[in-house]
Amino acid sequence: MNYLDRSLEEIHTALKEGKVTSSDLTKEALKRAHDAQEELNSFVTILDDAKESEVTDNVLSGIPCAIKDNFSTKGILTTASSNILSDYVPVFDATAVKKLKDAGMVMIGKTVLDELAMGGTGTTGHTGIVRNPWDPTRLIGGSSAGSAAAVARGIVPYALGSDTGDSIRKPAGYGGIVGYKPTYGLVSRWGLFAFASSLDHVGCFAKYVKDVAHVMDNIKGIDINDMTSFDSSDIKFVESLDKNVKGRKLFYIKEIVDELKDDKKYYDNFLKVLDYCKELGIEVKEESIDKKVLNGIYPSYMAISCAEATSNNSNLTGIPFGNRKEGHSVDEVMINTRTEGFSELIRRRFVIGSFILQKENQEKLFKNAQRIRRLVVDKMTELFETYDGCIMPNAGSIAPRFDDEMDRLSEKYLLLENHLAIGNFGGFPSITIPSGLIDNMPVAINITGPIKTDDIVCNIANKLEEKIGFTPLSLKEEK
Amino acid sequence: MYKVTIGLEVHCELDSNSKVFSPSINGYTENPNSHLAYQDLGFPGILPIANEEAWKRALKVSMAMNCTTPDVVLFDRKNYYYPDLPKGYQITQMTKPVGINGYVDIDVNGEIKKVLIHDTHLEEDTASLDHYDTYSLIDYNRACVPLLETVTEPCLHSKEEALTFLETYRSLIVYCGVSEASSVGGQGGCGVGVSLSVAGELGTKVEMKNINSFYNVGRAIDYEIERQTEILQRGEKVEQETRRFDDETGETFKMRDKADAVDYKYFIEPNIPPIKVTDEMLDEIRKTIPMLQLERKQKYMNDFGLSEYDSEVLVKVKENSDFFQECVDKGADPKKACNWVTGMLMGYLNENEIKIEDIPVKPIMIKELIDLVDNKTISSKQAKEVFECMIEEGKEPNVIVKEKGMMQITDDAAIHDVVMEVLKENDEQAKEYNPEKTRMIDFFVGQVMKKTRGKANPAKTMEILREELAKYNK
Repeated sequence: MNYLDRSLEEIHTALKEGKVTSSDLTKEALKRAHDAQEELNSFVTILDDAKESEVTDNVLSGIPCAIKDNFSTKGILTTASSNILSDYVPVFDATAVKKLKDAGMVMIGKTVLDELAMGGTGTTGHTGIVRNPWDPTRLIGGSSAGSAAAVARGIVPYALGSDTGDSIRKPAGYGGIVGYKPTYGLVSRWGLFAFASSLDHVGCFAKYVKDVAHVMDNIKGIDINDMTSFDSSDIKFVESLDKNVKGRKLFYIKEIVDELKDDKKYYDNFLKVLDYCKELGIEVKEESIDKKVLNGIYPSYMAISCAEATSNNSNLTGIPFGNRKEGHSVDEVMINTRTEGFSELIRRRFVIGSFILQKENQEKLFKNAQRIRRLVVDKMTELFETYDGCIMPNAGSIAPRFDDEMDRLSEKYLLLENHLAIGNFGGFPSITIPSGLIDNMPVAINITGPIKTDDIVCNIANKLEEKIGFTPLSLKEEK
Repeated sequence: MYKVTIGLEVHCELDSNSKVFSPSINGYTENPNSHLAYQDLGFPGILPIANEEAWKRALKVSMAMNCTTPDVVLFDRKNYYYPDLPKGYQITQMTKPVGINGYVDIDVNGEIKKVLIHDTHLEEDTASLDHYDTYSLIDYNRACVPLLETVTEPCLHSKEEALTFLETYRSLIVYCGVSEASSVGGQGGCGVGVSLSVAGELGTKVEMKNINSFYNVGRAIDYEIERQTEILQRGEKVEQETRRFDDETGETFKMRDKADAVDYKYFIEPNIPPIKVTDEMLDEIRKTIPMLQLERKQKYMNDFGLSEYDSEVLVKVKENSDFFQECVDKGADPKKACNWVTGMLMGYLNENEIKIEDIPVKPIMIKELIDLVDNKTISSKQAKEVFECMIEEGKEPNVIVKEKGMMQITDDAAIHDVVMEVLKENDEQAKEYNPEKTRMIDFFVGQVMKKTRGKANPAKTMEILREELAKYNK
């Protein structure tokens, strides 16, 4: 087995012992990136001139990784997978990127996302669709599509992503890997191209919970450039992973899990995970939340995220930023730049966002969406007084085929496919781990906990991961 | 006649160590696009950093205007597209301004009037644009500079009241030490709303934005009153609209009517968590608010008995007023201190075009100088000489008097001796002395002064001379 396919700690040990070099790993990762590019299209940019880096005591040192293409990377093209930024080369590093650089990472590429991180399919990036390594006729999900595909394929051991509704956790589930979205403010958002600032989170993908923990320990921390970041020196990811979880309490939301019951394979998979919980001494109970509130999650998410997105992307006018298209007046320049630069899907979101923010609609649409958000967060916070977390099926199905149509107005879709946004509403730490295979495709569960209990959430996920014993795709293929 | 009602908006750039939402320098420079941070240009991935000094200064002005302060400092986004707005939105305050429902007292020809403040809020300035024939240039130095916008209620009823408020507001800003006088209302910094009404009825408001000086605010008000009066006299209705003031012609032109009003799609800025405003914080800020101009003027007139004119001269510049107050605090008589400060001292400052901070004279020196005259150590004529030396060299008056040997001879016996000496030496003239001829006594005073090198107290000298001359011819 190539060292690149091992856990971060194993790779680190091998680097330390001289069994492999940072240069070997970098070359192998670049080779794999190129080999898979035609099939998967994970990368916007593959950094062929990526250099090995010095191996220190930091577990991440010398090891290759990939960064979602909406993180500002100094001197390296960063497109947000949008035509409007197709030539944009930032002049500063995002804080998370800088912290990884300080840790000694080797960045081998920038990964494809849904345009401007808006979308959940991985099919809307300006360089084409991203495919699922388990089955290229299926999507990997988004918006952090390329990062998920790159880790699932084994190109890199870990990758950075961002998560506004479920943009890390959804594709992680479809790709049979671990996806983590921490507490809001645990990782600085400085340098992350804003989609919806109140919902945006920086997180990561890896094959194992422990690998995620190592990455998180490196990128977290208070940042003078992000006023919403906080001091998390008392949250220790790796150190907390092996703690005993006996006596921990989890709940699942009845109204959402009920939607899974008519699909026995999925329901059984979830029940199996609950059995593992019991074996670990974790108590799991069913809790009820008003369905009207739950049905409001998706529309509220759309309202809030579109509203913030239309404002956040208003710098892309061709005046300060964005590929400028000429016109006879300044207004024409801005209109032409934005019309040609954004795809129709994005323009639609901006129009929706703008409509929602209009004076006459704010009360009914924007403020009501925020009220639902508040109701959801208050209810979860109340439940978290009793429980350490909420355990849920990550999605309602395995990764869909590209031509699958989903009924977006069905309750099943509204609830099962969108409940992960609860984590963004409340800024709750939320982890997705694979829970098995259905029809040879991975399925996953998600654990979401109260804010600033990232260490406990990862601790429980780590213990469950041992029980589940899922084999990542990249190791499967090796055998 | 119609009743005029005026409401004002005034912008003021605040001084601060760095810009309001970015770490770049907030200060003047000749070099365009040199005081820049990533935030000022709206780079993808930037986040605002609220400048504590800036929002505390905004709270200070709010409190100085007797406003209600919010429980938290909170910012909103105002969304619109314009080439001078790099992010495509301006961070401002809408939900919870730093101040609401305040008032400022103004003195209109001796009558005190309360001007109601609707709100005052902190926001970021835009970049500045320079337009040329076929292109425009953008200078981002001004982008993100802290800007305080104060909005009055429509409670002013004449041009004079409006201009008096603007002047009073300017002095409040300068007295609070949060900005320079030139930063208040300049460069498109004023907005005016004017309406005319017949008794009992409400008029229609016409707004004018971006007026670049107080003088032009006055011209705009004059023009609008005239224009609207003509409309009403013709029996027509005034349109609710926004007009542009042309400072070359002094006229106003229609820009857009009410239906075209821009919807700024405000929402709370998500990247700046609400900052708690505590009582301790407010107390700390309150301590730094000085007594304001009008209150000082009233104090000088009522407590010190100074004339209105002198009081106004003293409070015009806060530092001069502070200087004067310190003289009084050190024990100087207010009227005498006022004479020195408004006379010799400010004369010197004006002549040399310098500020009171630039001269070495300290308030305690003025007090000493007054004392030296009061206890007759020096004459008031000598005091002027001492003052000149003091302001040039920064020496204390006592030292100067000693160095120059200026001590007046006030001892009767000593003056008497000199007088007798002079009479003896000028026996002939003494004998011809005639009290009717004043020029003769002046001659003897001159002789005494010559002998004492000017140190003899003139009044005493005169007194003794009269006595001795009267005796001399008996």
